[in-house]
Amino acid sequence: MTTAHSRRRFLRSSAALAAAAAFPLPALAQKAPRVLVIGGGFGGASVARELRSIDPKIHVTLIESNATFTACPFSNAVIGGLRDLKAQQFGYDKLRAAGVNVVIDTATAVNATSRTVRLGGITLPYDRLVLAPGIDIRWGALPGYDEAAAAKMPHAWRAGDQTTLLRDQLVAMDDGGVVVMSVPANPFRCPPGPYERASLIAHYLKTSKPKSKLIVLDAKDQFSKQRLFQNAWKELYPDHLEWVSLSAGGKVTSVDPATNTLATDFGKQAAQVANVIPPQKAGRIAEIAGVANQTGWCPIDPVTFESVLVPGIHVVGDATIAGAMPKSAFSANAQAKVCAAAVAKLLTGAKPQEPRLINTCYSLVAPDYGISVAGVYAPAKDMLAEVKGSGGVSPLDATADVRAAEAVYAEAWYRTITTEVFG
Amino acid sequence: MKAMSAIAVGALVLLPVAANAADPPPGATACSGCHGSSATADTPVPKLQGRDAGETVAAMVAFRSGERPATVMDRIAKGFTDDETRLIADWLAAQK
Ligand SMILES: Cc1cc2nc3c(=O)[nH]c(=O)nc-3n(C[C@H](O)[C@H](O)[C@H](O)COP(=O)(O)OP(=O)(O)OC[C@H]3O[C@@H](n4cnc5c(N)ncnc54)[C@H](O)[C@@H]3O)c2cc1C
Ligand code: HEC
Repeated sequence: MTTAHSRRRFLRSSAALAAAAAFPLPALAQKAPRVLVIGGGFGGASVARELRSIDPKIHVTLIESNATFTACPFSNAVIGGLRDLKAQQFGYDKLRAAGVNVVIDTATAVNATSRTVRLGGITLPYDRLVLAPGIDIRWGALPGYDEAAAAKMPHAWRAGDQTTLLRDQLVAMDDGGVVVMSVPANPFRCPPGPYERASLIAHYLKTSKPKSKLIVLDAKDQFSKQRLFQNAWKELYPDHLEWVSLSAGGKVTSVDPATNTLATDFGKQAAQVANVIPPQKAGRIAEIAGVANQTGWCPIDPVTFESVLVPGIHVVGDATIAGAMPKSAFSANAQAKVCAAAVAKLLTGAKPQEPRLINTCYSLVAPDYGISVAGVYAPAKDMLAEVKGSGGVSPLDATADVRAAEAVYAEAWYRTITTEVFG
Repeated sequence: MKAMSAIAVGALVLLPVAANAADPPPGATACSGCHGSSATADTPVPKLQGRDAGETVAAMVAFRSGERPATVMDRIAKGFTDDETRLIADWLAAQK
């Protein structure tokens, strides 16, 4: 113990710290805790950065498949022709500058016993692993919808080429065409996302192709911010947007890319442009690591975001089953900060504190018409539950000024969060 | 046992000395989702770091009661008790 005490005193002086940094003692360097993060989206990039700011002694390696990240929030505005895809794209230089070791590669295997991750030809060890892989499409869950079909009937539910493809199809469509969107049952990434997209496609049709129409075929009767959306649609897009609920026969049961047709139990709907938002599951590496359950998503402890299935592996973002918290970029970022704090505590044997989290999802119904849903969350019985009395949606009777203010705040949120994560 | 204590010593040496004092209270890190913590993001939502704690608490109380009009802060302020709000405000005040 004497050695430990004198060593600690030694390290406390800043000159000694600088010397230790310049000439790391091999024994010390080996003991620095290693955290691996898989997935550099809103969840993973936030975890990596937050860990470095909590404790720069933690070695943080971020593994991400793509050198450039393309953000989904506001990608509906790209599809609606209001925004350039470039405004959605971010690199990892600022994370590197913060001391995160960024590896552009795809993690292919996780061994929770030896605590290692495989990618390309190499194997990396970890003390704690954080998975933030976002979603994967459940190919085959909707008959006829496979990767080849997605090249013709884009999902655009992971932003990038798919976003551009859907936008280009809308631009190429003749006026008078029918656009069809299919929406899956819960749970899926971004519950209000399909309805924001429907609004902004309708806005594009109304302003640029007024003889055209969007039909939304939905596998649900209820959806996020429903009355706000439906009121706005009645007011703004009565001739350009038709929503068909589950009970009205809206559930799509198969698609045929050869004819660009979507089938329901009641008939077939041909489309000039078809946007198929398919059923989803946690990113594949979650299944490989054994942290996804039979639902395809990952159960977690609401205090630490550690998997309840595999110790030493934490999961944040869309891949989780996070109780009342929706799958959003806001949630992923808030969860990431809580998870990073817990991981830093656990690495030193300390007890993580019980967290409070916030989510807010803004949606644009038109360029100057924003609405939101917000919530505050706390752990309750192994789940994250909404704090009683908190949260809710924008008022139904708000003035145009309030809607315009929310549209401004929506964009401000996007700039702030992407600056915090990538800037 | 030998190996175990060596690991414990290693962990001790690496402990950041003043980690606990700076720990953000529950909920505090979620505010920066909208209230930028750096001056770099161009936003109409004001920065909260370094703001007088009393002012932050007063604003939160007024948002909660509806006395101060808000687009979203009323819904967020209702998720925090007086004690939680005070801890968050104190922590924010101490940040740069
Ligand atoms: C149209 C649309 C609109 C949206 N609008 C909003 C909005 O307004 N507000 C909001 O809060 N949210 C919005 N969302 C939701 C938001 O995009 C997601 O909730 C968020 O991206 C989740 O973050 P994540 O970190 O879990 O996943 P992602 O951000 O998708 O990041 C996952 C990353 O992991 C990488 N990855 C996966 N597997 C591996 C592997 N094995 N090896 C290496 N890398 C890997 C991927 O390449 C990806 O970069 C929207 C989504 C859509 C589709
Ligand atoms: C979803 C985005 C969002 C989040 C998250 C958020 N705020 Fe706000 N905040 C706003 C907006 C927008 C305003 C302007 C008032 C309004 O329209 O609600 C504001 C205003 C404020 C103000 C008044 C500032 C002033 O002087 O005008 C305070 C104080 C404040 N927020 C504190 C907080 C605290 C503390 C948290 C975290 C517990 C928080 N906010 C989380 C968006 C947010």
